Amino acid sequence: MLKEYRADLHIHTILSPCTELTEMLPRAIVTRAHQIGLDVIAICDHNSSENVSPTQKVSLTGGLVVLAGIEITSKEEVHTLGLFNGAEEVRKVQEVVYSTLPGENDEESFGYQVVVNERDEAVYFNKRLLIGATTLSLEEVVELIHSFNGLAIASHVDREAYSIIGQLGFIPPGMALDALELSPKIRVEEARKNFPQCRDYPLITSSDAHSLDDIGKSSTTFVMEGVSVAEIQLALLGTQGRRVLL
Amino acid sequence: MGEKNPPFFSQENLNKSSWNSRVKLKDIVESLGMKVVTAHEGLLREVTGGYASDLLSDVMAHASAGDVWVTLQIHPNIIAVATLKDVAGIVIVQGREPDGETIKKAQSEHIPLLVSELYTFEIVGRLYHMGLSGMR
Repeated sequence: MLKEYRADLHIHTILSPCTELTEMLPRAIVTRAHQIGLDVIAICDHNSSENVSPTQKVSLTGGLVVLAGIEITSKEEVHTLGLFNGAEEVRKVQEVVYSTLPGENDEESFGYQVVVNERDEAVYFNKRLLIGATTLSLEEVVELIHSFNGLAIASHVDREAYSIIGQLGFIPPGMALDALELSPKIRVEEARKNFPQCRDYPLITSSDAHSLDDIGKSSTTFVMEGVSVAEIQLALLGTQGRRVLL
Repeated sequence: MGEKNPPFFSQENLNKSSWNSRVKLKDIVESLGMKVVTAHEGLLREVTGGYASDLLSDVMAHASAGDVWVTLQIHPNIIAVATLKDVAGIVIVQGREPDGETIKKAQSEHIPLLVSELYTFEIVGRLYHMGLSGMR
Protein backbone atom coordinates (compact mmCIF):
# COMPACT_ATOMS: atom_id res chain seq x y z
CA MET A 1 0.00 0.00 0.00
CA LEU A 2 1.27 3.44 -0.88
CA LYS A 3 2.15 5.57 2.11
CA GLU A 4 3.81 8.89 2.77
CA TYR A 5 7.27 8.81 4.31
CA ARG A 6 8.98 11.96 5.48
CA ALA A 7 12.70 11.64 4.94
CA ASP A 8 15.83 13.61 5.74
CA LEU A 9 18.44 11.83 3.65
CA HIS A 10 21.54 13.83 4.52
CA ILE A 11 22.67 13.73 8.14
CA HIS A 12 26.24 13.83 9.42
CA THR A 13 27.47 12.23 12.64
CA ILE A 14 30.34 12.92 14.99
CA LEU A 15 32.52 11.09 12.47
CA SER A 16 32.43 14.09 10.15
CA PRO A 17 35.10 16.50 11.41
CA CYS A 18 32.86 19.52 10.90
CA THR A 19 30.00 18.46 13.21
CA GLU A 20 29.35 19.71 16.73
CA LEU A 21 31.49 17.52 18.96
CA THR A 22 29.59 15.24 21.37
CA GLU A 23 26.26 16.05 19.76
CA MET A 24 25.73 13.97 16.60
CA LEU A 25 25.63 10.55 18.23
CA PRO A 26 23.47 7.63 17.07
CA ARG A 27 20.98 7.68 19.96
CA ALA A 28 20.69 11.45 19.95
CA ILE A 29 20.15 11.55 16.18
CA VAL A 30 17.56 8.78 16.16
CA THR A 31 15.70 10.26 19.15
CA ARG A 32 15.62 13.70 17.58
CA ALA A 33 14.53 12.38 14.17
CA HIS A 34 11.74 10.42 15.82
CA GLN A 35 10.61 13.39 17.92
CA ILE A 36 10.18 15.66 14.94
CA GLY A 37 8.23 13.05 13.00
CA LEU A 38 10.69 11.79 10.43
CA ASP A 39 10.11 8.27 9.08
CA VAL A 40 13.43 7.87 7.25
CA ILE A 41 16.91 9.28 7.66
CA ALA A 42 20.20 8.53 5.95
CA ILE A 43 23.58 8.82 7.63
CA CYS A 44 25.97 10.42 5.14
CA ASP A 45 29.36 11.24 6.60
CA HIS A 46 32.20 12.64 4.54
CA ASN A 47 33.99 9.79 2.76
CA SER A 48 33.12 7.26 5.46
CA SER A 49 30.24 5.05 6.54
CA GLU A 50 31.60 3.76 9.84
CA ASN A 51 28.80 5.27 11.95
CA VAL A 52 26.01 3.86 9.76
CA SER A 53 25.71 0.47 11.47
CA PRO A 54 25.59 1.80 15.04
CA THR A 55 22.85 4.24 14.06
CA GLN A 56 20.89 1.48 12.30
CA LYS A 57 21.16 -0.67 15.45
CA VAL A 58 19.70 2.12 17.59
CA SER A 59 16.78 2.64 15.22
CA LEU A 60 15.68 -0.99 15.26
CA THR A 61 13.33 -0.52 18.19
CA GLY A 62 11.79 2.82 17.23
CA GLY A 63 10.40 2.29 13.75
CA LEU A 64 12.60 4.92 12.16
CA VAL A 65 14.36 3.61 9.04
CA VAL A 66 18.03 4.51 8.77
CA LEU A 67 19.46 4.17 5.27
CA ALA A 68 23.14 3.53 4.72
CA GLY A 69 24.81 6.52 3.13
CA ILE A 70 28.09 8.23 2.41
CA GLU A 71 28.99 11.65 1.02
CA ILE A 72 31.89 11.18 -1.37
CA THR A 73 34.23 13.99 -2.44
CA SER A 74 35.44 13.70 -6.03
CA LYS A 75 38.79 15.02 -7.21
CA GLU A 76 37.02 18.11 -8.57
CA GLU A 77 35.84 18.64 -4.95
CA VAL A 78 32.23 17.89 -5.82
CA HIS A 79 30.14 16.22 -3.09
CA THR A 80 27.82 13.35 -4.03
CA LEU A 81 25.55 11.34 -1.77
CA GLY A 82 25.45 7.57 -2.15
CA LEU A 83 22.41 5.88 -0.59
CA PHE A 84 22.29 2.12 -0.12
CA ASN A 85 19.94 -0.47 1.29
CA GLY A 86 22.46 -2.07 3.57
CA ALA A 87 25.54 -1.33 5.60
CA GLU A 88 27.36 -4.05 3.64
CA GLU A 89 27.09 -2.26 0.28
CA VAL A 90 28.18 1.07 1.71
CA ARG A 91 31.10 -0.60 3.47
CA LYS A 92 32.35 -1.92 0.12
CA VAL A 93 32.02 1.53 -1.39
CA GLN A 94 33.89 2.93 1.59
CA GLU A 95 36.75 0.52 0.90
CA VAL A 96 37.21 2.04 -2.57
CA VAL A 97 36.87 5.56 -1.17
CA TYR A 98 39.50 4.90 1.51
CA SER A 99 41.92 3.47 -1.06
CA THR A 100 41.67 6.70 -3.08
CA LEU A 101 41.68 9.17 -0.19
CA PRO A 102 45.13 10.56 0.61
CA GLY A 103 46.23 12.31 3.79
CA GLU A 104 45.82 12.20 7.53
CA ASN A 105 43.41 14.23 9.63
CA ASP A 106 44.75 17.16 11.63
CA GLU A 107 42.35 17.13 14.55
CA GLU A 108 43.37 20.57 15.79
CA SER A 109 42.53 22.16 12.44
CA PHE A 110 39.61 20.13 11.16
CA GLY A 111 38.06 18.50 14.21
CA TYR A 112 37.79 15.03 15.70
CA GLN A 113 36.43 12.09 13.72
CA VAL A 114 34.85 9.73 16.20
CA VAL A 115 33.65 6.23 15.37
CA VAL A 116 31.06 5.21 17.96
CA ASN A 117 28.93 2.23 18.90
CA GLU A 118 25.15 1.96 19.34
CA ARG A 119 25.51 3.04 22.98
CA ASP A 120 27.01 6.36 21.87
CA GLU A 121 30.42 5.32 23.21
CA ALA A 122 33.57 6.33 21.36
CA VAL A 123 35.29 3.30 19.81
CA TYR A 124 38.22 5.02 18.14
CA PHE A 125 39.32 8.12 16.26
CA ASN A 126 39.39 7.79 12.49
CA LYS A 127 42.73 9.23 11.35
CA ARG A 128 42.01 9.55 7.63
CA LEU A 129 41.63 12.97 6.05
CA LEU A 130 37.87 12.59 5.62
CA ILE A 131 37.46 16.29 4.82
CA GLY A 132 39.80 15.83 1.83
CA ALA A 133 39.10 14.83 -1.75
CA THR A 134 39.44 11.37 -3.26
CA THR A 135 41.33 10.89 -6.51
CA LEU A 136 38.11 9.66 -8.17
CA SER A 137 36.54 11.81 -10.89
CA LEU A 138 32.89 12.74 -10.41
CA GLU A 139 31.95 10.28 -13.15
CA GLU A 140 33.86 7.53 -11.31
CA VAL A 141 32.11 8.38 -8.04
CA VAL A 142 28.68 8.05 -9.66
CA GLU A 143 29.71 4.79 -11.31
CA LEU A 144 31.03 3.45 -7.99
CA ILE A 145 27.74 4.22 -6.24
CA HIS A 146 25.72 2.59 -9.01
CA SER A 147 27.94 -0.49 -9.09
CA PHE A 148 26.69 -1.28 -5.58
CA ASN A 149 23.06 -0.55 -6.51
CA GLY A 150 23.04 2.78 -4.72
CA LEU A 151 21.41 6.07 -5.59
CA ALA A 152 23.75 8.88 -6.61
CA ILE A 153 22.43 12.29 -5.57
CA ALA A 154 24.34 15.52 -6.17
CA SER A 155 24.69 17.32 -2.81
CA HIS A 156 23.37 20.83 -2.17
CA VAL A 157 23.49 21.92 -5.82
CA ASP A 158 22.44 25.47 -4.93
CA ARG A 159 25.55 26.07 -2.84
CA GLU A 160 28.73 27.44 -4.36
CA ALA A 161 31.05 25.36 -2.22
CA TYR A 162 31.53 21.69 -3.04
CA SER A 163 28.50 21.39 -5.29
CA ILE A 164 28.47 20.07 -8.82
CA ILE A 165 27.28 23.40 -10.22
CA GLY A 166 29.61 25.48 -8.04
CA GLN A 167 32.71 23.46 -8.83
CA LEU A 168 32.01 22.55 -12.45
CA GLY A 169 29.84 25.47 -13.55
CA PHE A 170 27.03 23.21 -14.75
CA ILE A 171 26.04 19.55 -14.66
CA PRO A 172 28.04 17.77 -17.36
CA PRO A 173 25.80 16.35 -20.09
CA GLY A 174 24.84 12.73 -19.59
CA MET A 175 25.56 12.63 -15.85
CA ALA A 176 23.71 9.59 -14.52
CA LEU A 177 22.54 11.27 -11.32
CA ASP A 178 19.40 9.88 -9.71
CA ALA A 179 18.49 13.24 -8.18
CA LEU A 180 19.77 16.64 -7.15
CA GLU A 181 19.63 17.76 -3.54
CA LEU A 182 18.70 21.31 -2.56
CA SER A 183 19.97 22.80 0.67
CA PRO A 184 17.54 24.26 3.22
CA LYS A 185 18.63 27.72 2.07
CA ILE A 186 16.69 27.70 -1.19
CA ARG A 187 13.10 27.09 -2.17
CA VAL A 188 12.32 24.66 -4.98
CA GLU A 189 10.85 27.28 -7.32
CA GLU A 190 13.79 29.57 -6.75
CA ALA A 191 16.22 26.73 -7.48
CA ARG A 192 14.48 25.87 -10.77
CA LYS A 193 14.70 29.52 -11.76
CA ASN A 194 18.30 30.18 -10.71
CA PHE A 195 19.65 26.79 -11.78
CA PRO A 196 17.70 25.73 -14.88
CA GLN A 197 19.29 22.25 -14.81
CA CYS A 198 17.21 21.57 -11.68
CA ARG A 199 14.34 21.02 -14.16
CA ASP A 200 16.19 18.13 -15.79
CA TYR A 201 16.53 15.91 -12.70
CA PRO A 202 14.31 14.76 -9.82
CA LEU A 203 14.85 16.97 -6.77
CA ILE A 204 15.03 16.25 -3.08
CA THR A 205 15.54 18.60 -0.17
CA SER A 206 17.40 17.63 2.97
CA SER A 207 19.05 19.25 5.93
CA ASP A 208 22.75 18.32 5.59
CA ALA A 209 22.53 18.35 9.40
CA HIS A 210 25.74 18.99 11.33
CA SER A 211 23.93 19.59 14.64
CA LEU A 212 20.81 18.12 16.26
CA ASP A 213 18.85 21.32 15.67
CA ASP A 214 19.51 21.02 11.93
CA ILE A 215 17.82 17.63 11.61
CA GLY A 216 14.62 17.85 9.57
CA LYS A 217 15.12 21.55 8.89
CA SER A 218 14.44 20.48 5.35
CA SER A 219 13.01 17.12 4.33
CA THR A 220 11.36 15.32 1.43
CA THR A 221 8.16 13.30 1.52
CA PHE A 222 8.17 10.15 -0.59
CA VAL A 223 4.97 8.34 -1.54
CA MET A 224 5.92 4.67 -1.81
CA GLU A 225 5.32 1.11 -0.65
CA GLY A 226 7.72 0.68 2.21
CA VAL A 227 11.20 2.09 2.51
CA SER A 228 14.05 0.88 0.32
CA VAL A 229 16.46 2.34 -2.16
CA ALA A 230 14.47 0.72 -4.98
CA GLU A 231 11.24 2.35 -3.77
CA ILE A 232 12.93 5.74 -3.46
CA GLN A 233 14.21 5.33 -7.00
CA LEU A 234 10.67 4.64 -8.26
CA ALA A 235 9.45 7.73 -6.39
CA LEU A 236 12.21 9.85 -7.92
CA LEU A 237 11.20 8.59 -11.35
CA GLY A 238 7.54 9.18 -10.50
CA THR A 239 6.42 5.76 -11.73
CA GLN A 240 4.01 3.07 -10.49
CA GLY A 241 2.18 5.54 -8.28
CA ARG A 242 5.31 6.42 -6.36
CA ARG A 243 6.21 10.07 -6.23
CA VAL A 244 8.04 12.83 -4.43
CA LEU A 245 6.22 15.61 -2.58
CA LEU A 246 8.37 18.69 -2.20
CA MET B 1 67.23 65.82 -15.43
CA GLY B 2 68.53 67.86 -18.31
CA GLU B 3 67.77 65.07 -20.74
CA LYS B 4 64.32 65.27 -22.20
CA ASN B 5 62.21 62.15 -21.68
CA PRO B 6 60.66 60.68 -24.81
CA PRO B 7 56.87 61.01 -24.99
CA PHE B 8 55.10 58.30 -22.98
CA PHE B 9 53.71 56.48 -26.01
CA SER B 10 56.81 56.84 -28.13
CA GLN B 11 57.91 53.84 -30.13
CA GLU B 12 61.01 53.73 -27.94
CA ASN B 13 58.95 53.29 -24.77
CA LEU B 14 56.61 50.81 -26.39
CA ASN B 15 59.54 48.69 -27.42
CA LYS B 16 61.17 48.55 -24.02
CA SER B 17 58.18 48.38 -21.73
CA SER B 18 56.76 44.96 -21.15
CA TRP B 19 53.44 45.99 -19.64
CA ASN B 20 51.85 47.28 -22.78
CA SER B 21 53.54 45.16 -25.37
CA ARG B 22 51.10 42.76 -26.92
CA VAL B 23 51.42 39.34 -25.36
CA LYS B 24 50.53 36.39 -27.51
CA LEU B 25 49.74 32.95 -26.20
CA LYS B 26 52.92 31.59 -27.79
CA ASP B 27 55.00 34.12 -25.81
CA ILE B 28 53.54 32.68 -22.62
CA VAL B 29 54.18 29.12 -23.75
CA GLU B 30 57.80 29.93 -24.53
CA SER B 31 58.45 32.03 -21.48
CA LEU B 32 57.00 29.55 -19.00
CA GLY B 33 58.09 26.42 -20.87
CA MET B 34 54.63 24.93 -21.11
CA LYS B 35 53.42 21.89 -23.00
CA VAL B 36 50.84 22.60 -25.70
CA VAL B 37 48.26 19.81 -25.60
CA THR B 38 45.72 21.14 -28.09
CA ALA B 39 44.95 23.89 -30.60
CA HIS B 40 48.37 25.06 -31.76
CA GLU B 41 46.46 27.25 -34.20
CA GLY B 42 45.33 29.42 -31.29
CA LEU B 43 48.84 30.29 -30.12
CA LEU B 44 49.03 33.48 -32.17
CA ARG B 45 46.03 34.95 -30.41
CA GLU B 46 46.67 38.01 -28.31
CA VAL B 47 46.15 37.56 -24.59
CA THR B 48 44.52 40.59 -23.01
CA GLY B 49 44.40 39.59 -19.36
CA GLY B 50 44.29 36.73 -16.94
CA TYR B 51 42.05 34.92 -14.50
CA ALA B 52 42.89 32.25 -11.94
CA SER B 53 40.21 30.14 -10.26
CA ASP B 54 39.23 26.51 -9.81
CA LEU B 55 35.57 27.19 -9.17
CA LEU B 56 34.03 26.97 -12.63
CA SER B 57 30.89 28.83 -11.58
CA ASP B 58 33.17 31.69 -10.53
CA VAL B 59 35.05 31.60 -13.84
CA MET B 60 31.74 31.76 -15.70
CA ALA B 61 30.87 34.85 -13.69
CA HIS B 62 34.19 36.70 -13.79
CA ALA B 63 36.57 35.66 -16.58
CA SER B 64 36.78 37.89 -19.66
CA ALA B 65 37.27 37.24 -23.35
CA GLY B 66 40.95 37.09 -24.24
CA ASP B 67 42.02 35.99 -20.75
CA VAL B 68 44.47 33.24 -20.11
CA TRP B 69 42.76 31.08 -17.48
CA VAL B 70 44.90 29.31 -14.88
CA THR B 71 43.31 26.32 -13.13
CA LEU B 72 43.94 22.91 -11.64
CA GLN B 73 40.63 21.52 -12.88
CA ILE B 74 40.93 19.03 -15.74
CA HIS B 75 37.27 18.01 -16.05
CA PRO B 76 35.75 18.25 -19.58
CA ASN B 77 33.53 21.10 -18.34
CA ILE B 78 36.52 23.45 -18.43
CA ILE B 79 36.32 23.46 -22.23
CA ALA B 80 32.68 24.48 -22.24
CA VAL B 81 33.43 27.27 -19.79
CA ALA B 82 36.44 28.41 -21.84
CA THR B 83 34.32 28.45 -25.00
CA LEU B 84 31.50 30.33 -23.29
CA LYS B 85 33.88 33.00 -21.97
CA ASP B 86 36.02 33.06 -25.13
CA VAL B 87 39.26 32.82 -23.16
CA ALA B 88 42.48 32.73 -25.17
CA GLY B 89 43.69 29.55 -23.53
CA ILE B 90 43.68 27.37 -20.43
CA VAL B 91 46.79 26.76 -18.35
CA ILE B 92 46.59 23.54 -16.33
CA VAL B 93 48.87 23.72 -13.31
CA GLN B 94 51.13 21.21 -11.53
CA GLY B 95 51.62 19.08 -14.64
CA ARG B 96 48.14 17.59 -14.29
CA GLU B 97 47.11 15.50 -17.25
CA PRO B 98 43.74 16.46 -18.75
CA ASP B 99 41.70 13.34 -19.50
CA GLY B 100 40.85 12.09 -22.97
CA GLU B 101 37.39 13.60 -23.10
CA THR B 102 38.75 17.02 -22.11
CA ILE B 103 41.39 16.87 -24.85
CA LYS B 104 38.85 15.76 -27.44
CA LYS B 105 36.54 18.65 -26.58
CA ALA B 106 39.43 21.15 -26.57
CA GLN B 107 40.42 20.01 -30.05
CA SER B 108 36.93 20.32 -31.48
CA GLU B 109 36.38 23.73 -29.84
CA HIS B 110 39.89 24.95 -30.77
CA ILE B 111 40.71 25.84 -27.19
CA PRO B 112 44.46 25.86 -26.51
CA LEU B 113 45.13 23.60 -23.55
CA LEU B 114 48.53 24.26 -21.99
CA VAL B 115 50.15 22.32 -19.18
CA SER B 116 52.70 23.82 -16.81
CA GLU B 117 54.67 21.96 -14.18
CA LEU B 118 54.48 25.01 -11.91
CA TYR B 119 52.01 25.85 -9.16
CA THR B 120 49.28 28.46 -9.68
CA PHE B 121 50.96 31.16 -7.59
CA GLU B 122 54.18 30.92 -9.56
CA ILE B 123 52.43 30.91 -12.93
CA VAL B 124 50.29 33.92 -12.13
CA GLY B 125 53.33 35.80 -10.83
CA ARG B 126 55.25 35.17 -14.02
CA LEU B 127 52.27 36.12 -16.22
CA TYR B 128 51.89 39.36 -14.30
CA HIS B 129 55.56 39.99 -14.82
CA MET B 130 55.01 39.60 -18.57
CA GLY B 131 52.60 42.50 -18.44
CA LEU B 132 49.29 40.69 -18.06
CA SER B 133 46.80 41.93 -15.50
CA GLY B 134 43.56 40.67 -14.03
CA MET B 135 42.17 44.20 -13.82
CA ARG B 136 39.81 45.45 -16.48
